Amino acid sequence: MLLKDEVGMLQRVPLFSGIEPAKLKLLAFTSDRVNYSAGQILFRQGDEADAAYVILSGRADILVDSDSGPIKVAELLPNSIVGEIAILCNSSRTATVSAASDLEALRIRKDHFLRLMKEFPEMTIEILRVLADRLSHTTADLIDARSA
Amino acid sequence: MEPSLARYIWTHTRKQQIWILMIVLLSMIPYFMSFDLPKLIVNGPIQGKGFEQPGATLPFMKLHYNLPFIGEVQFFSGFQLDRKETLLALSLVFLLLVVINGLFKLYINTYKGRLGERMLRRIRFDLIDRVLRFPPIYFKRVKSAEVATMVKDEVEPLGGFIGDAFLQPVLLGGQALTAMLFIMVQNVWLGMIAMVIVIIQIVLIPRMRRRLLVLGRQRQLTARALSGRVGEIVDGIGAVHVHDTSNYERADIAARLGLIFKIRFDLYQWKFMVKFLNNFLAQLTPFLFYMIGGYLVIGGRLDVGQLVAVIGAYKDLPGPMKELIDWDQDRQDVQVKYQQVVEQFTVEDIIAPGIAALAIDDPGPMTKPLSAVGLSMADDGGAMLLNRVSMQVKPAETVALVSTPTGGAEALAEAFARLNWPESGKVASGADDLLELPEAVTGRRMSYASSDVFLFQASLRDNLLYGLKHAPLTSVTYDGTAADQQRWNMDEARRSGNPDFDVHSDWIDYASAGATGPHDLFEAVRRVLDAVLLSRDILDLGLRSSADLTRHTKLAGRIVELRAALRTRLEQEGLRELVVPFEPGAYNTEATIGQNLLFGAAAGPELADKALAANPYFASVLKQAGLDSTLYEMGMEIAEQAIELFADLPPDHQFFQQLAFMSAEEIPAYETLLQRLKNRPYEAVSEADRAMIITLSFAYIEPRHRFGLLTDELMSKIVAARNRFYENLPPELHNAIERYDPAKYIAAATVMDNVLFGRVGNNHPDAPDRIRSIVYDILDELGLYAELLDVGLDFNVGAGGRRLTSGQRQKLDVARALLKRPDFLILNRPLSALDQRIQDKVLRNVLEEARRDGHSPAIVWVVTSPAMAMMFDRVIVFDSGQLVEDGTHETLLAENGIFKELLS
Repeated sequence: MLLKDEVGMLQRVPLFSGIEPAKLKLLAFTSDRVNYSAGQILFRQGDEADAAYVILSGRADILVDSDSGPIKVAELLPNSIVGEIAILCNSSRTATVSAASDLEALRIRKDHFLRLMKEFPEMTIEILRVLADRLSHTTADLIDARSA
Repeated sequence: MEPSLARYIWTHTRKQQIWILMIVLLSMIPYFMSFDLPKLIVNGPIQGKGFEQPGATLPFMKLHYNLPFIGEVQFFSGFQLDRKETLLALSLVFLLLVVINGLFKLYINTYKGRLGERMLRRIRFDLIDRVLRFPPIYFKRVKSAEVATMVKDEVEPLGGFIGDAFLQPVLLGGQALTAMLFIMVQNVWLGMIAMVIVIIQIVLIPRMRRRLLVLGRQRQLTARALSGRVGEIVDGIGAVHVHDTSNYERADIAARLGLIFKIRFDLYQWKFMVKFLNNFLAQLTPFLFYMIGGYLVIGGRLDVGQLVAVIGAYKDLPGPMKELIDWDQDRQDVQVKYQQVVEQFTVEDIIAPGIAALAIDDPGPMTKPLSAVGLSMADDGGAMLLNRVSMQVKPAETVALVSTPTGGAEALAEAFARLNWPESGKVASGADDLLELPEAVTGRRMSYASSDVFLFQASLRDNLLYGLKHAPLTSVTYDGTAADQQRWNMDEARRSGNPDFDVHSDWIDYASAGATGPHDLFEAVRRVLDAVLLSRDILDLGLRSSADLTRHTKLAGRIVELRAALRTRLEQEGLRELVVPFEPGAYNTEATIGQNLLFGAAAGPELADKALAANPYFASVLKQAGLDSTLYEMGMEIAEQAIELFADLPPDHQFFQQLAFMSAEEIPAYETLLQRLKNRPYEAVSEADRAMIITLSFAYIEPRHRFGLLTDELMSKIVAARNRFYENLPPELHNAIERYDPAKYIAAATVMDNVLFGRVGNNHPDAPDRIRSIVYDILDELGLYAELLDVGLDFNVGAGGRRLTSGQRQKLDVARALLKRPDFLILNRPLSALDQRIQDKVLRNVLEEARRDGHSPAIVWVVTSPAMAMMFDRVIVFDSGQLVEDGTHETLLAENGIFKELLS
């Protein structure tokens, strides 16, 4: 997959959809292309967060540790981004991500990601929108859970 | 030190000064003979005096003297020579005298020069010897660069002066006196005139020069302060940039230079003023001779002959007078310089020479307890750090010193290490005052490490072993010219009052490290490095540096085995795709195009980095392989992409680290180049521009950059070009490149590259770490771990150890203290730069390592966190400079005192 294809993939990620292609190309160029085979770990719960990942091809599982071993809480498909929350709030990883098949991803380093946000407000606003959206979903879920 | 320079010189060079004076007096005989000879030649054989008769002969070399009471005695009747023979003989004598005079001059100058150089060496050594004996407090007040200038520059002029110190006044004074006397004999009155002027000169000129001396002293002080400031700027460059104070520094330096300029300019003005006056006075005398003498002649009271003789004789007076006055100026000048330096080096409480005397023999263990008796320590400002503390550390006891921020435990540790001297009270070993024990005892049987580490600019190994270099333990045998040279070195050292220790001897005290010699020292080194958790760092350094193959032969010898082992291991662990190996006939997709073309490590500047594309031979190979235009187009594509991506970013943007092709500074140049070359056919582009563009393609790695520029056809062309490159390699490039050969070690490449013999895949983020740990495993399996550690120990730590992190420096300091296996190990917050978890681990290791092989040293550790105290036999708590609690960990916990408070 070439740089220009990656730009096409990034455009399909909601977080980056509002950003002009030239900037996405820079983002792609300065990110590392990484390959994993099924079962390999992208990062572990509790690790220091140093990068976000955009899945280019293949699938990955999000796992959370529990007393009875890891529980799969979600699945990641191509064009999804993972790990961006932890690099935003300087916290450690809240879940483990492991490749469920052969996986190609773009690894965006934390400092690059933050620098981009600083330089391209449209991206920051987009991220805010996504986060706010998630928060309202979570709030709604919480209300549902309480009232149930 | 001797405050008077003259006395200092006289004490050390009395015999030589007298000897050279004798030689100079002796040299006067042929010198004056050679004056008389031309007259003899001209009057005798040339003008024919005494040869009036044809065939007349005169005796030559007739020796006869008129002795008192005896009358004329003839020793030798001489050869009878005719006119031509006499001319030849006299001319030959003249030639002989020229040679003799020249040889005298050569001998005298060499002798004086050597005398001066020896004295200079002696002074410099004396000064540094004093630096080594200064009390600790002195170093808080002095800038190192100032001391260095004093030793190096300020005493330099002394060397030139010393040879002339006594000789010059005697000689010149003699000459001046003779001329004066001659004038007196001719005419007393004219003589008196000359005398008066000379007296005026002698009185007035030195008086005027006094100001010159004052200015000279100021010049010396300001110059010294300048070098102190320059040193400070260099050492504190970080602070300068962090606070944007570089312009303040510029202003400060400019002001200092301005002051120096003013002083120097004043100096010149005065100097030439004095010179003018001196010349004027010297010329005034002939004026008076002409006027008064002429008047006397006209009046008939003096005859013309006398006047001419006086004026002739006076010609010989100003020369020596001037030189004599110059000599006096020099004397005062160097005397001032010398005094200035001596003042700086005369300090109270200098350490007695005996304390640091060389001791070859092992002083034996310190078996008595170390105690502080009513010990008070103060800082430079007089504030009390420790107030009348008394305590005792028994041999083999481990003591944790816990301290509140103002507790003063550090001051106690520094007192134990002799780094600071007590304000009152004392530190004692048994009944002896610690400060009166020779350093040979405390420096070998005690060791000290603190958070404030100083490392020398040398290899890690040298720094680690530094603590063992107390005395020259072996006598080196030299043969042939080396032996002569060594004898000369030692002889000269003694003549200049320098010690004759051989720096090339083996100074390392193996026994104290628990080793018997160089061959088993490494075990001890490895153990202490393991204990302080530094081995891994050093191994990493080793992997990243290129090994010196003259030392590390094992690595090179077993490289094939190593590479094979790595392949097998990767295969076994299913990690084969992590590394793409170099294969002579294949393209390595994880390496750059440049690396694929060259397929070797550049060992010289000809084929390295940016020079590669411009190298004529390399360019011709590309052309023959039909690659030049392809790579050019590729370079153009890369330039376009890079500029599109990066042109808008500020040059300091961190993204530029990702741009392998060009630096941020080069972007504008490439932008204009691209504008110029766009749409221009390849043939019309100049060689230099081609090279600029083609260079870009050399850094390209397809899987990393993903521009889609590499085709299978291009790859096979590149491999073909590689072979072509080596087939016709011109001889002058043979040493510029080391070809990758699966069976050979590449000296120019790092150890890691040699073992890998390939490139780590770009698509595996954790590959480098995994491979590194596999490499360590393999090296250990093959018994090459020690060898790699040894390569890492070659790493130069940089000025003050700045190429290491502060944590690494502190670990090294502790390792150095441990290696000595002391009886008392004093550690003063030694690991403050490390996090608590690592500190705890090192603490445990150090306690264990120190007690290896039945050793039981006393350990005094000023801990950074009270929790660490649990590991020690005894805990002492300090607060406000007082010892407040003393007991075991359990008893202190039970007491509910400060210790418990600190722990919570």
